[in-house]
Amino acid sequence: MKEFLEGSQAIAEVIKLCRPGVISAYPITPQTHIVEGLAKMCADGELDSQFVNVESEHSAASVVLGAVATGVRAYTATSSQGLFYMAEVLYNISGMRLPVIMTVAARSISAPINIWNDHQDVVSLRDAGWIQLHAEDIQEAADLHLIAYRLGEDKTMMLPVMVCMDGFILTHGVETVNMPIQEEVDKFLPAYNPPYKLDVTNPMTLGPLVDPDYYMEARFALNETHKEALALIPKITAEFAKVFGRNYNGLIEGYQLNDAERVIVAMGSVCGTIKEVVDELKKKGKKVGLLKITSLRPFPAMHIYQALKNIPKVAVIDRALSIGSFAPLSAEVKAVFFGKPKRPKAVSSFIVGLGGRDITKDSIKEIFRLLTGKEKQGEFIDLKPELLKESYE
Amino acid sequence: MKEIRIHARAGQGAITTASLLGYAYFLKGIYPYAFPSFSAARMGAPMNAFVRVDSKPVRLRSQIYEPNYLLIVDHTIMRGFNCFSGLKEDGIAIINGKGDAVTVPKLKAKQKVFIVPASDIALKYIGRPLGNTAMLGAFCAATNELTLDDLNAAIKHRFSAKLQEANIKAAQEGFESVTHKTKEKVR
Repeated sequence: MKEFLEGSQAIAEVIKLCRPGVISAYPITPQTHIVEGLAKMCADGELDSQFVNVESEHSAASVVLGAVATGVRAYTATSSQGLFYMAEVLYNISGMRLPVIMTVAARSISAPINIWNDHQDVVSLRDAGWIQLHAEDIQEAADLHLIAYRLGEDKTMMLPVMVCMDGFILTHGVETVNMPIQEEVDKFLPAYNPPYKLDVTNPMTLGPLVDPDYYMEARFALNETHKEALALIPKITAEFAKVFGRNYNGLIEGYQLNDAERVIVAMGSVCGTIKEVVDELKKKGKKVGLLKITSLRPFPAMHIYQALKNIPKVAVIDRALSIGSFAPLSAEVKAVFFGKPKRPKAVSSFIVGLGGRDITKDSIKEIFRLLTGKEKQGEFIDLKPELLKESYE
Repeated sequence: MKEIRIHARAGQGAITTASLLGYAYFLKGIYPYAFPSFSAARMGAPMNAFVRVDSKPVRLRSQIYEPNYLLIVDHTIMRGFNCFSGLKEDGIAIINGKGDAVTVPKLKAKQKVFIVPASDIALKYIGRPLGNTAMLGAFCAATNELTLDDLNAAIKHRFSAKLQEANIKAAQEGFESVTHKTKEKVR
């Protein structure tokens, strides 16, 4: 049913439909509305779930780890500093092969303190062993949570999934969302029935100490499962389409790539703005397009290769830095083409929209314009040169 | 595509205004995207809320720089900000205030400004100076984008009981404050 919903409210409603047994979270802007919504549903008796109040994100992550370890579906959400405070637990969750589902309302990292949207929090946690899916709009954010539970809990996966949605832009934005109904969700997402769990009648150990004779194989297996996820994600999104009628590839999405000569690669809500600009420029005869990356982990390298191998000029937008090195997404997209027979003539890298700096149609047009020249390396867009002149002395 | 920019202070209900307005459009089958932009994230700090509407789902996620319509919930913000920045050639602004207290910048030929005593209207019916529904009533009359019935449907969805009744009255008086002025001008 079509509803006009705030992004956070849509996520809370969808999580309710997934029937988690345990929810634990610590509030942090801009994630707060999601867990406030769920806490209210639990308090009002609309949702039969145990909402565990905790004193920190470290504890929130530990609670959902414990819950899923005992065979109960669980949910948490966080942002920014909260995600970092969870970090060591997050690596444990993936290492113990526990399908926790978490929303990250993507936000910048301190210092300086900034509550606004970029991707530094989620991108910094890309190596945590979690599947990481990025949403373009509120509809996709809501739908990706259903896909995330189904994917993570698949017996061949047993992996945690992070669904990333841009803070404020999507969490506090209000738009038309086609909300699923309980019967559809129950059809798509069966009850959680894990192959292993902590059980007093059948004791087992999860995440034990392993010496050098065993550790590498556990990490190898985790890495292999991520590769297998590349094949499973499109199968699950195809089943999703059958039940809900909405089509996602789940890995990447090409927009106007057929005859494109200049293509931007991006993640998250900025893809909407890029699509607007692509349509405007195409009307003027410019051959431009977009490649949206939905799945940052697993990284769909071969899919990206196939989509971009014949494109002359590619720009990668990063909304995060790897300070002292190449921008993270650009480095990975470039790595796709090394040693390959076909590749773009140029893969330029641009840094956009850090700490909530607004990304306008002009920002995107500037990137397309710069793509006509020579390859750019980590070029910042919309920087204010006058602020760079200020000095401490 | 139509774009509406709201100027207010955090705590004055600009987000409610944006989502009420969005909901009124939504009920007509139009696709709105309503969203806030906070500055200092503290009550009293100047902030914006935006509504972008289109016949198809809105994909553009940037803030609004060239609005068709402006809603200025607190005219004291005009002292520090150029709230009229980028207003379209035929744009319409609705300002909460009383006649002489509001200094309106020089307008272009087709631009229009309506000054509505929305806080007074709200105090009269709601008992608090939250003039959002009065402003939206004025918006309906000034722009013809929505009817008062469209707005009332959104108010009914959002508020219940006495608050609903009070807001509907405030919207009505906001609406009339504009139609009344227009008639005067015609005379």
